[in-house]
Parts: sequence; structure tokens; C-alpha cells
Amino acid sequence: MADGPLTWKNFIGGFVVDKPGNAAEYQTGGWRSQKPVWDNTKCIKCGVCYIYCPEPCIRQTAEGYFESDLFYCKGCGICARECWTNAIKMVQEEEV
Amino acid sequence: MSHRTGLEVSHAAAEAVKLAHVDVVAAYPITPNTHVPERIAEMVANGELDAEFIPVESEHSAMSACVGSSATGARTFTATSGQGLELMHEVLTVASSMRLPIVLSLANRALSSPLSVWGDHSDVMAIRDCGWIQVFAENGQQTFDLLLWAFRVGEDPRVSFPVIVNFDGFHVTHVIEPVFIADQEEVDRYLPPFKPNAVLDPRRPVTMGAYGPPFIYSETKKAQDFALHKSKEVMLQGFAEFEKIFGRKYNFVETYKAEGAKVLLMVIGSFAETAMDLVDKLREKGEAVGLVRIRLWRPFPQEELRQAVRGAETLIVLDRAMCFGTLAPVVSEIKAALYPEEKRPKIVSFVGGLGGRDIRLEEFEYMVRRGSELAQKGQEEIYETIGIR
Repeated sequence: MADGPLTWKNFIGGFVVDKPGNAAEYQTGGWRSQKPVWDNTKCIKCGVCYIYCPEPCIRQTAEGYFESDLFYCKGCGICARECWTNAIKMVQEEEV
Repeated sequence: MSHRTGLEVSHAAAEAVKLAHVDVVAAYPITPNTHVPERIAEMVANGELDAEFIPVESEHSAMSACVGSSATGARTFTATSGQGLELMHEVLTVASSMRLPIVLSLANRALSSPLSVWGDHSDVMAIRDCGWIQVFAENGQQTFDLLLWAFRVGEDPRVSFPVIVNFDGFHVTHVIEPVFIADQEEVDRYLPPFKPNAVLDPRRPVTMGAYGPPFIYSETKKAQDFALHKSKEVMLQGFAEFEKIFGRKYNFVETYKAEGAKVLLMVIGSFAETAMDLVDKLREKGEAVGLVRIRLWRPFPQEELRQAVRGAETLIVLDRAMCFGTLAPVVSEIKAALYPEEKRPKIVSFVGGLGGRDIRLEEFEYMVRRGSELAQKGQEEIYETIGIR
């Protein structure tokens, strides 16, 4: 995309992105105002949150519970809405 | 050696595109541009030209197909007029921002409504800030020449911008003129194969026309505008090389008998040819009248323009379009360019030649007389309309 630091002088003409897969460097977590918090006492490890996450930034831990990668999580709340056991709460960023 | 032949200017334009070894032409017919793609389609069908001709369903599709084609590294051409250009508008900015050197021949046509198929400059003036390089041809030879120049300059990796070659609808497009048609060998010497900076190729994937969030969008636009201004160096090289091979000389701003002129007419497009006749007539009578013709419209050659009018007392600018609610497009550029000058001519603005109406010799003479008078006492209206009832 750029040769050196990302200033206007360093673009490949036309803003061509020549490195595949670099969307992974884009921190979409900056859009978030609320974040999902899991109550693992209610979690039945069904994976519905994992399936519905549109980002998709929810992963399964070694114990089989779920968590979101906050670098990418936009705080949309779909996981909380879909969770069968209401194990996920959307919480204001500053409250945690 | 090139040969001189009489042919319709639209067909001369098609000859230039053929000699340029174009790979892809995607076009939708619209008067007065139709004969350009029609002739190219005929060349492809007859096996005279090895190119893909895509008969798209609209001008929006034409420009979209051109964007895709150019992004794969194919030399790409399209042609349109008036409403067709307006329908392309959305995709025009995509082509220039993606730095795709598509060449477009624009047979200038008035915009509806009322419906007019005839010529003026309201089509190109409505898209003038779309980031395309824009030049004006005044006759058939210039149309042929500037199309070859457009491919060479636009595709130069230091430029990499699309180019519009303007030629007036009917007044130029449909006229049969003697034109020097270059030899293939000469054109091949002038126009190297297209080697783009980046291409769509599955073996080496890149993203073109990506999403640009606020943290990066300004930087992309600054880079684009800087590159467009800087492309003038390559354009001049393109003109110099053209003169060396073909013997015809071009510049960003061209003058006619402007040396020592107290009164200068300024015209863009084919009406400059009538204006030249008037300058000849007045010079014979000993009047210090000259002509300035704008060849390059974008990027706008501010410094060259200042030099061209230096020393004149009166500058009479003719526009073939209106910018509703403000100054006409050419005169507004001229006023902006001359504002920093300590000593600048009085500027008088005329609008005329709308929707195909002719401006005859006597009307150019009226412009000189009336313009000189208005320069003395000041022009109260923002422009005067030539020949209005």
C-alpha cells in the first residue's frame, strides 16, 4: 500500500493495496461503545454466539467457553441478543 | 510517412484509436459521438482491428467496463457526449482516483432540457473537477493528434490518469476535413506498450479502489491532486516527442498573433478557428488584436495562462457553457488565475454558442468592439450573451 510510513507521499498510485490479508490490521474495535461480557455460570457452550458474530471475532477458549477479540469486536450486541441462556450482557466500556 | 486524406473527423478519431492498438472499447452510442464507436465496431467486425468491442447497455456500464478493463492492464477507450457523460459521472471519479488511464473522446454536446443534440461545453464543464486530464481539440487534425498524445501521456507510469479529448459536436465531429493520418510505424515509435504500475492478476493479487476510512482518505486525495499537477511535465514531453515524430507542435495555452496585442480574445474549442479569421482581418487593418486558445483545461495551466496574457489591456473571454448562479466556467478560472498578478488586463465575459448555435465572424467582431467598450466602463452584468433575442 505504501512504501515506508503511511503519508500522502508514499502511496502506490491509486491507493492500490498490494499486501493481501491486511484487513486483519484494521482495528474495528474502535467503533465500539459497549462490549459483551459472558457469565460462564449460565453458558452452556452451545456456540450460538460464535455462529452469529458477523465480525467474526468470537473464539472458544480451552475450557470450551467463549470470548470476543476486542481488537475487532464492534459491540453490535448480536451475540447477547441471540444467546439462548442470556449469558451475555452488553456493558458500557467505561463500566468495566 | 503519414498520408493526408479527407475523412469525417469522427472516423479520423477512430483511425487514431486503431493505430494506438487499443485492446478494449466499451461504448454506448449517442449523438454526436456515435460515429466514433460505430467506425471502431466496424473495424473490429472486419478484422482490421484486433480488439474487444463491448456493446454495453448504458454509459454508466461503458465507464464501469472501462474501469475493469484498464485495471487488468488493457489499453482502453470509450467515447460519449452530453447526457452520456453525465450518466458516466459516478464512475468517472472512480477511474481517475484509481489512476486508470482510460482515453475518452468527448464530442461536446449541450445538456437537456430542452433536449439538444447540438454542441456546446456544458457536458465537460459539469465534470471538469472529476480528476481527468482534459484537452480541447479545435479541428480534425488536432483530434487525431491529441488522441495519440492522450494514450501516451495518460499511460505513462509517472502520470497514470484518464484523459478526455474534447472536440465540438457537429462543428468538428461531422465535418469532412483533410487529416494527416500517421503511419503505424510512426505511431509505434511514439506510443510504447501500456505497462501499468499495478494490474489485477490472480497470480499476484492486489486490491484496487479499496475502502478508505477517515484516517487515510485525505492522504489519498492529496496524493492524487499532487500527481495530477505534476503530470504536466510528462505532458510537455509528450508534446515535444510528438513534434519530433509528426512535426506538429502543441502547448497548454496557444496564441495566435498575440504579440503586442492590446486586446486579446480567449476561446476554448473549435470556435477559435473563426476567431483566428477575425484576428487576421483586424490585424490587416492595423489593430493590435490577438487570440489565446486554451488547449489544456485540467490540470489548469495557471502560470502559462498568466504569461500568455501579460501586456494585454483587455481580455475578452468566450464561454460555451453557463455555470448557473455564478460566473461562466472558463472566465472564472481566468479571473482566479490572474488575481495574484499586480498588473492584469480588464476581463470581459461573453457566453455564446449554446446548444449548437453558431458564432459568426461578425459576432466575434462585435465581441471585440463591445468588449473593448465594456473594459473601459466596466461590465455590470456578470456576462453578456452573444446573439440573444
